[in-house]
Amino acid sequence: MKFVLNGRRVDVLAHPMKRLLDVLREECGLTGTKEGCGEGECGACTVLVDGQPVNSCLVPFAQVRGASLVTIEGLRDHPLQRSFVAHGGAQCGICTPGMILAAVALGPKPSRAAMRKGLAGNICRCTGYSAIYRSITRAGSWKRQPR
Amino acid sequence: MQTAIGPLELVEPRSLAHALEMLRDARANGGLVPLAGCTDLYVSLNFGTLEGQRFLDLWGLDELRRIEITRGVLSIGALATYTHIITSPIVRRRLPFLVAASREIGGVQIQNRGTIGGNIANASPAGDSLPVLAAAEAVVVLRSADETRRVPFTEFYTGYRKTVRHPDELIVAVEIPPLRGRQWFRKVGTRAAQAISKVVMAAVRAPRPRIALGSVAPVVMRARRTEEALAAGASIEEAGRLLAEEISPIDDLRSTADYRRQVTVNLLRRFWAETGRG
Repeated sequence: MKFVLNGRRVDVLAHPMKRLLDVLREECGLTGTKEGCGEGECGACTVLVDGQPVNSCLVPFAQVRGASLVTIEGLRDHPLQRSFVAHGGAQCGICTPGMILAAVALGPKPSRAAMRKGLAGNICRCTGYSAIYRSITRAGSWKRQPR
Repeated sequence: MQTAIGPLELVEPRSLAHALEMLRDARANGGLVPLAGCTDLYVSLNFGTLEGQRFLDLWGLDELRRIEITRGVLSIGALATYTHIITSPIVRRRLPFLVAASREIGGVQIQNRGTIGGNIANASPAGDSLPVLAAAEAVVVLRSADETRRVPFTEFYTGYRKTVRHPDELIVAVEIPPLRGRQWFRKVGTRAAQAISKVVMAAVRAPRPRIALGSVAPVVMRARRTEEALAAGASIEEAGRLLAEEISPIDDLRSTADYRRQVTVNLLRRFWAETGRG
């Protein structure tokens, strides 16, 4: 099945009902996408499908045919990644890939209210969120990449 | 948790008509379970509570995503996601309490995938959009290969997780007639995002008030006796006593029956106070 993964056209063979999360980790070998709860509560498995954040543990592989996907591996040295490192936005790290992709979907310089709403589906048990909000705010401005 | 997917089969229709033919033809051999945004589906699969091994993928049927007004009636396609609803100028203008409910469903990830048709079909007593549809006196549009029928929302559920939908029918849209009066919505859960509600109330302040509730009975319900009492001029205290009798909440892992009863009465008071001004 053909789709675009991190900017490259790929053709991947997997069961149509296999969770996108598992296809990414197993067939595509991209283990940056994490499984937390496996039921859409925690957001650890967040990836972008056509620019929109979704829980990859709740998406059957068949439904991304022809779509453009971005996983954490698709962001190389993104200002948000550098800022999470610099400002303590990542502690244990399991929420971080999903958190950063949800933040990417908000675009540069989101308001506090936009961050609270946009990250409400991403649970972090370490940072208390303050460090995450600080990391996003201090990432400054960056350009949205074409999908 | 990873579900054993080996025996699961997914069929992908080219169009709505094709999907309806597939549903009709599958009746003889075990039927097909429709799926769309899958926000409940994988949870049910993981818990082993889903019957059926063959699924019909509706996600690609864009013709079911339309939101439009025809002869005064708002029609929301079954595949409209909460994100579509939140961002739709038509829904924001006509049905702000559906927008309010949609904003409190899950987080952004769920709002991007969950559909209004799925919320209706899943038939959870805690479905957050459902009290809004009950209060708005919505109509569920069901279509099979042979016919289209319209069922008043309040007659759609026949019991806990039971609906009048036939196995060869799809929910294609929900229609909402013009609504007069002030709309009000409030969900009470553990936190604003992601939580399944303990109590959810959608109401309309009009000469004949409408009050609908989720999570306090086996199905989403209209509080008809309370509505009638308020329309007849009963005090809010009297209405609250009636409402406490009218609902049938249970103790479960999210809350207790006593708490739900108390909060439901508090919500009624708040609705009345907040919509009485101006």
